[in-house]
Amino acid sequence: MTSKRKRHTFVVYVEDKPGVLNRVASLFRRRAFNIDSLTVGHSETTSESRMTIVVESDVGDARRIEANLYKLVNVVRVHDITHAPSIFRELAMVKVTTTIETRTQIMQLVDVFRARVVDVAPDSLVIETTGTEEKIEGLLEVLQPYGILELVRTGRVGMLRGKQGIAVEPSDRVEDEDPALDDTDTEDPNVSYSV
Amino acid sequence: MSNVRTGAQIIWETLVREGVKTVFGYPGGAILPAYDAMLDYPVRHVLVRHEQGATHMADGYARASGEIGVAVATSGPGATNMVTGIATAMLDSSPILCITGQVGSRLIGSDAFQETDVTGVTLPITKHNYLVSNVDEIASTIHEAIYVACSGRPGPVLVDITKDAQQASTELEWDSSDVKLPGYAPDLRASQAEYQRAADLINRAKRPVIFAGHGVMLSGAMRQVLDLAERANIPIAMTLLGIGGVPAEHPLNMGMMGMHGEAWVNEAIQEADLLLAFGMRFDDRVTGNLKTYALNARKIHVDIDPAEFNKNVKVDVALAGDLSMVLADLSPFVESGDRAAWLNTINDMKGDVAVRDIQNLPDNGHLYAAHVIHDIWRMTNGKAIVVTDVGQHQMWEAQYYRHNEPRTLITSGGLGTMGFALPAAIGAKLANPDAEVWVVAGDGGFQMTMAELATIAQENIKINIAVINNGYLGMVRQWQEFFYERRYAATPLLSPDFAKLAECFGLSGATINTRVEVEPAINKARSDERTVVMDFHVEQEDTVYPMVPAGAALNKMIRRPSLAPIVETAEDE
Repeated sequence: MTSKRKRHTFVVYVEDKPGVLNRVASLFRRRAFNIDSLTVGHSETTSESRMTIVVESDVGDARRIEANLYKLVNVVRVHDITHAPSIFRELAMVKVTTTIETRTQIMQLVDVFRARVVDVAPDSLVIETTGTEEKIEGLLEVLQPYGILELVRTGRVGMLRGKQGIAVEPSDRVEDEDPALDDTDTEDPNVSYSV
Repeated sequence: MSNVRTGAQIIWETLVREGVKTVFGYPGGAILPAYDAMLDYPVRHVLVRHEQGATHMADGYARASGEIGVAVATSGPGATNMVTGIATAMLDSSPILCITGQVGSRLIGSDAFQETDVTGVTLPITKHNYLVSNVDEIASTIHEAIYVACSGRPGPVLVDITKDAQQASTELEWDSSDVKLPGYAPDLRASQAEYQRAADLINRAKRPVIFAGHGVMLSGAMRQVLDLAERANIPIAMTLLGIGGVPAEHPLNMGMMGMHGEAWVNEAIQEADLLLAFGMRFDDRVTGNLKTYALNARKIHVDIDPAEFNKNVKVDVALAGDLSMVLADLSPFVESGDRAAWLNTINDMKGDVAVRDIQNLPDNGHLYAAHVIHDIWRMTNGKAIVVTDVGQHQMWEAQYYRHNEPRTLITSGGLGTMGFALPAAIGAKLANPDAEVWVVAGDGGFQMTMAELATIAQENIKINIAVINNGYLGMVRQWQEFFYERRYAATPLLSPDFAKLAECFGLSGATINTRVEVEPAINKARSDERTVVMDFHVEQEDTVYPMVPAGAALNKMIRRPSLAPIVETAEDE
């Protein structure tokens, strides 16, 4: 019965009404499910917002999270896309200390990671990067020695690949494949982002 | 003819159109416009003495009738007083609508007088809630709220309406069409393949047990459950809230399961090879230790709420949906069978129960709660609606009052709310004016909400109240006896003279100390036009048996010692 805990990613469509975020967050608190990250914003439908929620749980808990989310009247659709072929992305901004000597080195690293410098000050740089959590972790690791002054991360957003709808039947799921690692097509294959 | 109405008028107009005839409430500043408008509508308002009482009354009304119960309160303290009653209704899936006044919309967030974030406070204990600050949304919100409360798995819904929305006016456009909510799908249907799998398990089972939970009554599936049980000869065990869903006298009905369930029922569950759980949720009070729970049994779980599947007990087949519809689809696949060996085994397990049954105790001068409840059952021919509080008397009622009809036992199961019985009984009586309604409460719980005796007097309500008075918070005392070396911390309880108290309220009272007085007292109470409070002074340190200690395996019960020692113990002390 001790099933494996892993990160589950849920895409949740909710009615765009006041207090709905609170209802969703309250549900996770109430049932003692720990949220790794939660992002929310507009979706393709004007009356609906779209959330991406990442939770570390076993498969049984993931099912219960889905069922409990459906109990919220304002929740329209819930999809556990953990095992579906999907694209996951996160955006991060990193403010790094620079000196005249280190600035060029840092900008080279930024290039290698296909990140962007979005602000330059005499003694600091702000770097913006988009990618998988692993890529961001990799960038942070190489920036760490220069001194990270500030870091902000959005948390994961996700979308299924191809034209298929968001609904994925359990039988279609690819078992035990970690899509986050699989998801390297837009990255430079010569660069390892692993930490 | 103008259709312009104030928000306050719209509240009542909507309730009346929804079929609401009785509401339970307490006025105050933020709900005053609604109260003013109420006088012009054909609604009976019951003035409670505490808003908790209003919610329990609405709950009792809903449980007795199957229809929405409505409670009304003002903002701030009025609304927060409702919290216990709302949580009670939530855990027992009871459809109630709470309407609360809120401060004016421009004052929200300003910590205004009697302002509380009531939708925030009640968010985790309501099925859904609403804050309405626009008069145009009052009618549609109440219409939707009642639909949400009553459909799918029922539950409490709260509508918080600002004072300015009550005062504003608008054209009332009544839309009685079905509510459409994009994400709310109360009607679930399991797949055909799942039905086949479930039926295969049933047809192959040699030692199956049906669990009848509250869902049997909520779904109205009483007859279907019996049909299935009779055709396949499957014995039935009930949860506390399932009592009444299957007639107590039916030969296949084994009785209540769980912590204070019948010993043979728990034994049968542990020996079963298949459990068919109908509208119940494997609460810890019915499973005991999960690691040792029904290890030999496959499990089929039917529930309208898929979030209940695999929550506490891992099941083999989960069928989501309304029980009545699921059984209609499932039954054709189920083969008849006699299962004589299994039924005989269960009968054998009943074995020594008769010698332990306190009913067989000769009158030794002591009054036992079991006798009182047994006599109430006997003299009411088992036909009363009994509303119980929480504690020892609640378990004795479940054991000794044999309910044959659905919705005749009303009790707070999931939350275990002391103080529930008296107000809930008022609600049950108003839902069924012709029914005989009894309260069975302990001396502790009764004192929590006994102010509602004034409500009974003012509203001229006739019920019978049996206070099982043992001078202790009995169930807590029992745990102290078993698990805390009889260190009776804060459980000895002083009570007023309940009979005199009743008279103070203009009601009738009686005090009963011996077994021979019980029958005449019950007779007298039943023929009294007024509500009667009967103060039964029972054995102080009596214990509910059998008992599965918390965390123990379901069949590791503490049993009532054979009868002779009880008599001695009683006389020793």
